Amino acid sequence: MIGNYVPHGVEYIRILPEILLCIFGILIMVLEAVTAEGQKRMLGVLALVGIVVAFAANLYAYTVPGQAFQNVITIDAFATFFRGLVLVVGLLCVFASLGYLRRQHAESGEYYSLILFSLIGQCILSTANELIMVFIGLEISSIATYVLAGYFRDDRRNNEAALKYFLLGSFATAFLLYGIAWCYGLTGSTNLNEIHRVISDPGLRPPVVLTGIAAALILIGLLFKVSAAPFQIWAPDVYQGAASPVTAFLSAGPKAAAFAVLLRIFMTGFGSFSFRWAPLLWSIALLTMIIGNFAALTQSNVKRLMAYSSIAHAGYILVAITADSQLGIAAVMFYLAAYALMNIGAFVVIGHVAAKNERYVRIEDLAGLAKRQPATAALFALFVFSLIGVPLTGGFFAKFYVFRAALEAHLVWLTVLGLATSAVAAFYYLKIVVAMYMKEPGESMADLAPLSSGTRVAVWAAALGTLILGIFPSVLLPFLSYSASMLGRQ
Amino acid sequence: MNILLLTLFLPLAGFFVLLFLPRQSKSGWPVALIFSLAAFLSSLGLIGPAFSLPAQQSSAVDTMWVTNLNIHFHLAVDGISLWLILLTTLLIPIGIWISDTLIKERHNAFYALLLLFEFGLIGVFSAYDLFVFYVFWEVALVPMYLMVGGWGGARRGYAAVKFFVYTMAGSVMMLTSIIYLATKAGSFDYAQVLAALNSGTVTLSSTEQLWLFLGFLLAFAIKVPIFPLHTWLPITYSEAPAPATFLIAAVMSKMGAYGLIRFCIALFPNAAHKCADWIAVLAIIGIIYGALLAFVQPNLKRVIAYSSISHLGFIVLGIFTFEQQGADGAVYQMLAHGISTGALFILAGYLEHRRGSMEIADFGGVATPAPGLATAFMIAMLASVGLPMLSNFVGEYLVLQGAAFANFTWAAWAAVGVILSVVYMLWLYQRTFLGKTTSDTVSFRDLGGREWIAIAPLVVMMVWLGTYTQSFMPPVTAATHHLLEQSKMNLEIQVRNAAPHTDVRAQVLPAVAEAGR
Repeated sequence: MIGNYVPHGVEYIRILPEILLCIFGILIMVLEAVTAEGQKRMLGVLALVGIVVAFAANLYAYTVPGQAFQNVITIDAFATFFRGLVLVVGLLCVFASLGYLRRQHAESGEYYSLILFSLIGQCILSTANELIMVFIGLEISSIATYVLAGYFRDDRRNNEAALKYFLLGSFATAFLLYGIAWCYGLTGSTNLNEIHRVISDPGLRPPVVLTGIAAALILIGLLFKVSAAPFQIWAPDVYQGAASPVTAFLSAGPKAAAFAVLLRIFMTGFGSFSFRWAPLLWSIALLTMIIGNFAALTQSNVKRLMAYSSIAHAGYILVAITADSQLGIAAVMFYLAAYALMNIGAFVVIGHVAAKNERYVRIEDLAGLAKRQPATAALFALFVFSLIGVPLTGGFFAKFYVFRAALEAHLVWLTVLGLATSAVAAFYYLKIVVAMYMKEPGESMADLAPLSSGTRVAVWAAALGTLILGIFPSVLLPFLSYSASMLGRQ
Repeated sequence: MNILLLTLFLPLAGFFVLLFLPRQSKSGWPVALIFSLAAFLSSLGLIGPAFSLPAQQSSAVDTMWVTNLNIHFHLAVDGISLWLILLTTLLIPIGIWISDTLIKERHNAFYALLLLFEFGLIGVFSAYDLFVFYVFWEVALVPMYLMVGGWGGARRGYAAVKFFVYTMAGSVMMLTSIIYLATKAGSFDYAQVLAALNSGTVTLSSTEQLWLFLGFLLAFAIKVPIFPLHTWLPITYSEAPAPATFLIAAVMSKMGAYGLIRFCIALFPNAAHKCADWIAVLAIIGIIYGALLAFVQPNLKRVIAYSSISHLGFIVLGIFTFEQQGADGAVYQMLAHGISTGALFILAGYLEHRRGSMEIADFGGVATPAPGLATAFMIAMLASVGLPMLSNFVGEYLVLQGAAFANFTWAAWAAVGVILSVVYMLWLYQRTFLGKTTSDTVSFRDLGGREWIAIAPLVVMMVWLGTYTQSFMPPVTAATHHLLEQSKMNLEIQVRNAAPHTDVRAQVLPAVAEAGR
């Protein structure tokens, strides 16, 4: 059957976003060679166009949902949401990079094509319905981000970030691959639906211990990617070392895609197995929240602080996964959307204040921002309040939704402890607001340039999105509930 | 247009207008005043409907907000919320009025935050959906945090963070309780949850009820504050800029008290009764401890701050007597305390503005150069210590009466606090306003016309509240009666469903029956 397999036209439509991103990525690399030094900015604009076109293609692909290429990918509401989300993340980061790269005098096409390639990987992850595709998507995404993390090769910290990210990332991928091999050995397939069929069939079911080992190996690989404890070690160094727009990208895009895969594998593939890892996920979620929030308390570098805080946010998302319900899945999706917006917004402002070569990245360097650039400070404060979880912001509603799912699943202690750590979080987040609003401007403010237009678009769009998600969560919720209800039902 | 929605959104509209005014624009003050006065006028329209249906929801708004989770944007006014909303809408314009002189920089931003704060407060006092209540509860927190931190004294950063984190820690526990309760009852709507509990369709085990109650209590106890959760208060009060201190003491502390009476008593009567002894004792400790600390403070603002803790104890005590008089007295005391403590803090702000210091030792003989200021302070002080014919007397008397019905020892101890407050306040007055004028105070300006405009409405209200109770009391009584009835009904349901707890019924019902007589 495989021998004379000919894909339908509609199957190409289902992967149209990836195809378009690929075309634009290659186009940018080709044009790079013929673009004059001063015109490199146009390549960034081309990347923007590519992402917008891919976004439109993503919506178009949703009009013909279904599986494609012998069921290796699935286009459903869930996949469409995550593909859309990573594309929005890419869009905001490219906007932010336009100004950042110009300031560094480092504009070049390869940066933008790397972002597009990484997005391809994340799109594949969002749609993958088969473990080999997961691996391929993860590698495409990761290799591009390894390079991005070390993009400023003259910078020592950039190099450190890239190397750490690469070594530990490869290590984690090896776990994942080993898990996939086990899975294939046990079930004879790498297709998630097939794995599900074998695992839940009493006659075919492999021994529970062996299935558990396979699941655990895959879980380790993915937990590394979402920087959950105890695999969070790399995150602070990488986030601190990479350039701010890249950090913004790393903290939102790959994380969202990895969570998408996590949900897809464990809700579809190992769906009937879920009760067995609930205690494990419970402890990992709690540990992640505690480590993230408490480690952030002592940070003086604002990028490191945000890195630990993003570990904590991964913990909140894991709480929703622990809930193991449709409400929980919808909560994960909402949280990732809100988190992406507020986190990117925050990192973009940090990159803006940091000035050339990121000299000003201590918390004190934010002092007096409210006096020099009140609008920028107000937007940053909005992101911070959203990260804390103050109502009328997306961050609050996301947290609310997550803990609602948790309580519905009777995870009372996890909720109480999780929310208690979020009160701890208020303490370190407020250091940022205190610096901006309650301290006098220092040296960093003297070097502060006006917001570049690209950065401005990124920050305002993120702020607007944060507010919309906080005030009118209904714009997203029905779609999320629908996606969650469809997940795992084929 | 619904009058409540108008009252709620006028301040928010003002906030946005101010946000987009140019930074140096002089028109911020009149714009803020116009919006806050418009909100006040609009809030007067709430009186009529609330008087005709004081125990029910008047001027109600109920629209779906988040469909998937069954969250309604449900606001309404009853006899209790009515006066608290009016208190807010009356005091915010005064706060804006005094900020003109008492705030030194970035005026427009400060006014904007004041209006946002007002938006949050009105929402808190009118929310009939638990989710909406929580949202407004936090919305009111952020602008206050920024006001304390942005315009406060030397240690403002520390004070602001302490204030925020303390409050946040309490509110996340309340959020847990809210979500749990809503998951159980299938709705966030206060009235629906209450009805479900009253009819017995949803039952909470006594452990559940206790923990949910404690979750709410923690948030409210920190906000009021109830001893020993008051430690954020002195530093916040003394570091905050004068208009912010004025508003924290006058209206923000009422958020907690309001929450206690609206949610803790009605939703979890069983647990509330079980804990009532403890809470009453803590309230009495707060009354006496606050008074004793007020004695030894060398700083004028801190004396008023601790006296505020002391008087807030009466409100909590009144609520946990479960007596009609106690509840009436508590609500009345909320209003009276708001007005009288507010006036004291404004006057303290004026003194600070003139002298540049708040140390009592830096004053003396102020009454000679500034008789008007001294008189106003005298009236506010006497009102605050509970002199008959002035506002606080009514509230404290009713609370003591309710306490006497519930447990005579409570009343006896609480009365000690009344006596102490007279002593330290008179002593404060003596050291500040009487005696010889010093070289620093001899050239004190008396209250100017603009300053009188801020104080006069408060003086009028103190006298009015103290002399003609009938203007205010009927809707309060009707609403508290309704709440206590619901609480009792809910209690009986719980008792019926949980047989081992009949002892609670035996303890409580005679007292309730007595109150009805």
